[in-house]
Amino acid sequence: MSSREQILAAIKRNQPEQQELPVLDSFRHTEAGDPAAFRKVVETLGGQVYEITSYTEIQPLVAEHYTDVTRVVSIRPEYFPGAITGWQEGDGRQLEQVDLAIIPGQLGVAENGAIWITEQEIEVRVLPFITQHLAIVLPRTEILPTMHDAYARIWSPSAGFGVFIAGPSKTADIEQSLVLGAHGAKSLTVFLIG
Amino acid sequence: MHQNASSFLEKSEKKAGDLGHRQTINFNIGKYNTAVKAGKQQFADLTTARERAKNIKWRALDNLDKHLEEFEQNLTKRGGKVIWAENAQQALDEILAICKAKQCKSIVKSKSMATEEVHLNSFLAKHDIECVETDLGEYIQQLDGEPPYHIVTPAMHKSKEDVARLFAEKLGTPPDLTPQQLTLVAREKLRQKYLDAEIGITGANFIIADIGGVAVTENEGNARLSTAFPKTHIVLVGIEKMLPSINDLALFWPLLATYGTGQNVTVYNSIFSGPRQEGETDGPEEMYVILMDNGRTNILMDTEARESLYCIRCGSCLNACPVYKNIGGHSYGTTYSGPIGSVITPHLRGMESYIHLSYASSLCGNCTEVCPVRINIHELLLHNRHKAVEENYTSGGEKMSWFGWKQASLSRRMMNLVSGNVKNLFMKKFFAKAWGDDRELPVFASKSFNQLWKERRK
Ligand code: SF4
Repeated sequence: MSSREQILAAIKRNQPEQQELPVLDSFRHTEAGDPAAFRKVVETLGGQVYEITSYTEIQPLVAEHYTDVTRVVSIRPEYFPGAITGWQEGDGRQLEQVDLAIIPGQLGVAENGAIWITEQEIEVRVLPFITQHLAIVLPRTEILPTMHDAYARIWSPSAGFGVFIAGPSKTADIEQSLVLGAHGAKSLTVFLIG
Repeated sequence: MHQNASSFLEKSEKKAGDLGHRQTINFNIGKYNTAVKAGKQQFADLTTARERAKNIKWRALDNLDKHLEEFEQNLTKRGGKVIWAENAQQALDEILAICKAKQCKSIVKSKSMATEEVHLNSFLAKHDIECVETDLGEYIQQLDGEPPYHIVTPAMHKSKEDVARLFAEKLGTPPDLTPQQLTLVAREKLRQKYLDAEIGITGANFIIADIGGVAVTENEGNARLSTAFPKTHIVLVGIEKMLPSINDLALFWPLLATYGTGQNVTVYNSIFSGPRQEGETDGPEEMYVILMDNGRTNILMDTEARESLYCIRCGSCLNACPVYKNIGGHSYGTTYSGPIGSVITPHLRGMESYIHLSYASSLCGNCTEVCPVRINIHELLLHNRHKAVEENYTSGGEKMSWFGWKQASLSRRMMNLVSGNVKNLFMKKFFAKAWGDDRELPVFASKSFNQLWKERRK
């Protein structure tokens, strides 16, 4: 017998009887999430939130709030006119020098500040992690109350990679003292549009 | 006494008296406790959430064979490869075969207890393959040549001064760096490693049957970077990490984050469901998932101990355990330490060599109280003790003593026959060792209650 069959046979032999278990629908909501609550959570995670009504507000805000940013990658040209082009070429290593990446988010979760992103929007999987700073553009209408509502919506079977991002990269591995900017992005900015 | 048991006793005794150690641990666990309290606020009804989590894991194990096949089928559809490993050696051999095929010399690895369980790093080092830990805590431990001290916070026993000293010694940095500066040093060093490595290895917090996905949660971003540039991604995971559906993550991500570190949700919660697809520009060209048994089906067989497979490795029971806090993670001499380690290790690695851990508990029950998936940890410790006696793993002498005890105490005649002094002698002879050096043996009254009663009524 192959290892596969050995293991499956051992499980079949040993596993418990089947039981009916309750469904978990009661955590679902129908109303929209609260942008103010979302904002508050993102801020406690160490991120910043700017509410905007048009993409043209992004560029001046970046100029005002970042001092160390010169190389900017923007998924959509309308977020940041004049951003680097042709950044998709290569195996991802070319992105090592990117200071700021501006990407769209699919949806946000009001209860914990997590934002869902898949390969489809970001084109290159590593972009949100390798960049020094990360900015996510999220429509106000795409905020949901809880993680349960989010999971009811998210999985599109064609994406090979998806991630919830909640705040900037961090670690507390040394004496539990919180340090922002471990291996991933050092800061996170969310532009809430609409 | 088994050699593991005596070295456990020796190490524990030494650590329990080490005040510096206790201070660092209490400081760190104190901070953890504060954070967890705040994190729990996010649950409207925590008890129900935990009960549901337990039910979901129950369901996952009920159908584990079907879920594993479903997982395999879904991942394979998207170009991932599934490998089955019955034991540690098979897992190691499979990984080595992949390394050889890719002519790999350097690997980046993100934190994974499964790879610790099979001692992957030392195995690869023997074959001249460098395997670098990328999680900051693990990186610190690797620099120091020590195994992780704790399943969530690998370097919990080191103060910031210890880490600064270690970096100075091994990396030549100034000896007085702050945690911020130390993190930055590791960030710079490891960024180069991500770019150079041929293979990235991760564990998995969960594997998801309905989408054929591997779910990994982290704060630092190192797991993502470890799987970004290397052309091959290997996942080593225990078969019990199964969740039936992606929707279950809605509950398990927040639960793990809160009980693990006191966060509402961890910074990066990724799902990998295959290698780079056609039309995608980056990501590994090949993805292997190794499903490892290594003793887990033994636990499944034991109807009582089975629920220890629900464990999501949050570390909460370690932090709550008075024994762990005094003897520290390394004294256990096992990959999984603390209460849950004491429950599963005898099943995973053999009753005979590890049963002593089931006695390293005051049975206070705090572990059960703090477990997010409500495993009856302290009762399982008791269950292990039962099992050890039933399967004859306790010493013949101990059995004899208890037999004598039972006979004597069941018989009024025998109890009255001998004086208190004789009884005390009996205790000393047969129970002093098991009772421990630091506890005083109970002293028998010179006359039994029965005798006193008779005398009074005369
Ligand atoms: S047994 Fe429970 S508390 Fe302990 S690590 Fe596992 S899930 Fe956490």
